[in-house]
Amino acid sequence: MSDNLIEIRDLSFAYGQRLVLKDINLTAHRGQVIAIMGNSGCGKTTLLRLIGGALKPTSGSLMVDGVDMGQLDQDGLYQLRRRMGMLFQFGALFTDMSVFENVAFQLREHTDLPEEMIRDLVFMKLNAVGLRGAHDLMPSELSGGMARRVALARSIALDPMLILYDEPFAGLDPISLGVTGNLIRRMTDTLGMTSVVVTHDVQESLKMVDYVYFVSDGVIEAEGTPAEIKASHLPYVHQFVHGEENGPVPFHYPAPEYAEDLGLPA
Amino acid sequence: MMEALLEHVRGIGRRTVNRVWRMGVAARFFLLVFLHSGPSFQRFHLIVREIFSAGVLSLIIILVSGLFVGMVLGMQGYETLQTYGSEEALGVLVSLSLVRELGPVVAALLFASRAGSAITAEIGLMKATEQIAAMEMMAVDPIARVVAPRFWGAVISMPLLAALFSAMGILGGYLVGVVLIGVDEGSFWSQMQAAVDFKEDILNGVIKSVVFGIAVTIIALFEGYDAPPTAEGVSRATTRTVVTSSLAILGLDFILTAFMFRGV
Amino acid sequence: MQRATLDLWVGLFVVAGIVAVLFLALKVGNLGGFDNGETYVVKASFDNIGGLKARAPVKSAGVLVGRVAEIGFDPKTYEASVTLSLDARYPFPKDTSASIMTSGLLGEQYIALEAGGDEKMLANGDALKITQGAVVLENLIGQFLFNKGDSAADKGEAAQ
Repeated sequence: MSDNLIEIRDLSFAYGQRLVLKDINLTAHRGQVIAIMGNSGCGKTTLLRLIGGALKPTSGSLMVDGVDMGQLDQDGLYQLRRRMGMLFQFGALFTDMSVFENVAFQLREHTDLPEEMIRDLVFMKLNAVGLRGAHDLMPSELSGGMARRVALARSIALDPMLILYDEPFAGLDPISLGVTGNLIRRMTDTLGMTSVVVTHDVQESLKMVDYVYFVSDGVIEAEGTPAEIKASHLPYVHQFVHGEENGPVPFHYPAPEYAEDLGLPA
Repeated sequence: MMEALLEHVRGIGRRTVNRVWRMGVAARFFLLVFLHSGPSFQRFHLIVREIFSAGVLSLIIILVSGLFVGMVLGMQGYETLQTYGSEEALGVLVSLSLVRELGPVVAALLFASRAGSAITAEIGLMKATEQIAAMEMMAVDPIARVVAPRFWGAVISMPLLAALFSAMGILGGYLVGVVLIGVDEGSFWSQMQAAVDFKEDILNGVIKSVVFGIAVTIIALFEGYDAPPTAEGVSRATTRTVVTSSLAILGLDFILTAFMFRGV
Repeated sequence: MQRATLDLWVGLFVVAGIVAVLFLALKVGNLGGFDNGETYVVKASFDNIGGLKARAPVKSAGVLVGRVAEIGFDPKTYEASVTLSLDARYPFPKDTSASIMTSGLLGEQYIALEAGGDEKMLANGDALKITQGAVVLENLIGQFLFNKGDSAADKGEAAQ
């Protein structure tokens, strides 16, 4: 059994005619936290959905834990998904259930465990994210950061081998940012999982990930450890890491000459 | 000028083709819901929750509307029958109108506006906030867990609501006709019993309400599931549910009435 | 809402709905009515049944004593053959007569039985001998005009 949990070779994906991802090569070892970064619309969320099995590759191979995702049927996919967790951007908690019910959901649906055991497990997971006291609240009563932590507790309910995070740092206050970053790192290490984080928050992610992949316009522009990335001189990476206004991603949206729009003589 | 007109006509054609295609997708959706209904019956409390949501919460509007419709029927009916000296036929008029037509149809229209739109909004919102996607990622089939229980809950509630509507209506007619105006109580009930046939009238009314229930629920579920995952998309889907359901109810009513009450 | 409360409400709702259906079936419709008792069958032939329908009431002295079970056509006598289902509590003499009446102006037609004086009672399957068909409006008008015409002709003759 290889040490790579995820192995992607020459993956391409197109929505009909539009090519979104081209010749992607990516590896994630067990126990690693890898980040997929890039500006909006570069295709990183699509890549995440491919790994999660919501989309099928157009060409190339995508192996998760030795299983070829492109060949999976519906049943096989559901089997594999029980060992995966996904954290959606705003938590995606079930609004008609309490925090407790949300975390208990997978345990109730997929296992036959007795109620007392489920209760204990739910409390353990909630404790790991620091929200054991909030178990009776409804999702509408939670703040953004809390909702995301509950969603994290929910996704580790069945002790998955892989968790996918869709923009976990988006819209959080500085404290919550720190908490979330620490949680991701700690969960991955203590549970022996692998985490794939899609984000464009440079500061938080570079603090705690093991390896970074930079995606731009559907292609992997650069990859490396956080140190390598910070020191990189590639124009795209540099603009992204340092937040520069102008670079490979231009400031001005394509437009005719300024003088022309203002009606001035050329 | 000509170009603009042609473009307009092309647009109508495109939209019609689109609607027909959507009906096909909706039909496939219906089949899917049916096939995935097993878990709903194994875990019956899921359906019980939805009966509460669709049925119990619609009780007030159904009962109150039924009462008022019956009372108006009583008043209007009395006015007309009086000119022929046949006031005792009031019971017959009120009961037949309600049991055959108004009960199933009006109850279904009210159900579409109250419960149908709620179902569309719930499912649309769940989709927009990625709850459906989250369920799929957790290897739980959203059709079996979320959609099918709502289907069966609503289809079970509909005939019960229609019967309650008719019963309240007849009560309303009784209150206005016998208690208020003074039509003979005995002839009110006896002529009614003579005229209303269980198989012909009541059973047919029940069959109508079941058909309406299925139509309204499938439309509501489909519009919610198919809605664009934005606030605007969900709100437009809710409106579409009410409009499409109402048209479907009236259209199906015509077809069913033509079949059932032909030459009676 | 708690599971238990929810279940209670749903239970009440379903019970109320079923009660409504029963109310409609029994009190409003004719399900709880007549057919549950013992009945015996009697036949009658009419030259014209007018608007008589199946399940129409059979009354005697204004009281409901049975229902029309079946209406058929006798190809031998070219008359309507009506089967009556009568309540076993009310036996009728063999020479009872049956006529088709209309109730009220918007009238549903029904069969009125007038008991005869025979000591022997009708048995299951017997036929009624004396029958009177429905009054057909066109014939009535025709008769009226005919009579008028006759009396006018008589007057005319008398005048001459």
